[in-house]
Amino acid sequence: MATLPAQPTRRSEFLAGMRDTFPLVVGAIPFGFIYGALALNSGFSPLGALGLSLFVFAGSSQFIGANLVAGGAALWVIVLTTFIVNLRHALYSATLAPHMKRLPHKWLLPLGFWLTDETFVVVVGRYNRDDDSPYKHWYHLGSSLVMYINWNVCTLVGIVAGQSIPDLGKWGLDFALYVTFIGMLIPLIKNRPLLLAAVVAGLSAVLFDGLPNHIGLLVAALLGVAAGVIAENLLPEAATAESRPSQPESSIPLPPTD
Amino acid sequence: MTNEWLIILGMTLVTFIPRYGVLALLGRVEMPKPIFRALKFVPPAVLSAIILPGLVLRDGQVSLALDNSYLVAGIFAALVAWRTRNLLLTIVLGMAAFLIYRAVLGV
Repeated sequence: MATLPAQPTRRSEFLAGMRDTFPLVVGAIPFGFIYGALALNSGFSPLGALGLSLFVFAGSSQFIGANLVAGGAALWVIVLTTFIVNLRHALYSATLAPHMKRLPHKWLLPLGFWLTDETFVVVVGRYNRDDDSPYKHWYHLGSSLVMYINWNVCTLVGIVAGQSIPDLGKWGLDFALYVTFIGMLIPLIKNRPLLLAAVVAGLSAVLFDGLPNHIGLLVAALLGVAAGVIAENLLPEAATAESRPSQPESSIPLPPTD
Repeated sequence: MTNEWLIILGMTLVTFIPRYGVLALLGRVEMPKPIFRALKFVPPAVLSAIILPGLVLRDGQVSLALDNSYLVAGIFAALVAWRTRNLLLTIVLGMAAFLIYRAVLGV
């Protein structure tokens, strides 16, 4: 994470947010590129494929949506599946909400719209730092914007490439998604309850892969969370020693209404 | 296929609502501490639930063999992430390992 000056400004926070998100932007490049190419193969028009990136802006949902469209799924199945996959964003929002409760809606609307796994992982670390910077939401904005612009540019490049290179999706470059998520996951595992949550969720997701409407992912995540909570209650000293910084005890200072 | 703009509209709504709705409502009410303690397990659980099937399942079947390039390169990337804690290095080395391993396998 980039070091911030002693007195953070809007500009320094914004730039730090962009900088700290950069590694995740690199991971999203092949992912956005492949999405653009795959969406065309699935039956979307070039404009529709770009429309998903502009308005939905959720990589894994866009992949799942494109696959369902290719398989001829009904509209309600596509929409319900997207909703289930994106429920994890409600939990991200719930984690960030106490830090953002002083922000006016003109900030909450765009920051909510731009919330992704990547930006969440980066900004939750910034909000949890103990300094009293009143401009942490500018850090959040920098992270959000760099992800959004990159995702749409990469989608566009993928659409153009998909029109000229056949079978691009069969190169196996969807691995970019997994390697990015691995790089995000491993540093999160700071104690045994967190490790157990990840192991239980991962194994359950493999086990429940065949459940309809991709509900296996949601079931597996809930089982993982339950395992983590139970383990934390059984090993209280291990958990409190390492997880204290993530407890949002202090309310953030009132940001200026800009 | 259904009108693609109907699909885009529907997906936009059900993606935006969990993101913004919870942010707008929950910021105004106090969150009970047990829920907050549970929420810190969500990111590792969700990420793991996306990663593991992606690495282990090939065409819906569990594949733990050495010819599963996703699994082999995924384990390598996890080791890099664990040793270095460096995300960019994990992505670059993990992707390189994946592409080289597939070239060696001739996939």
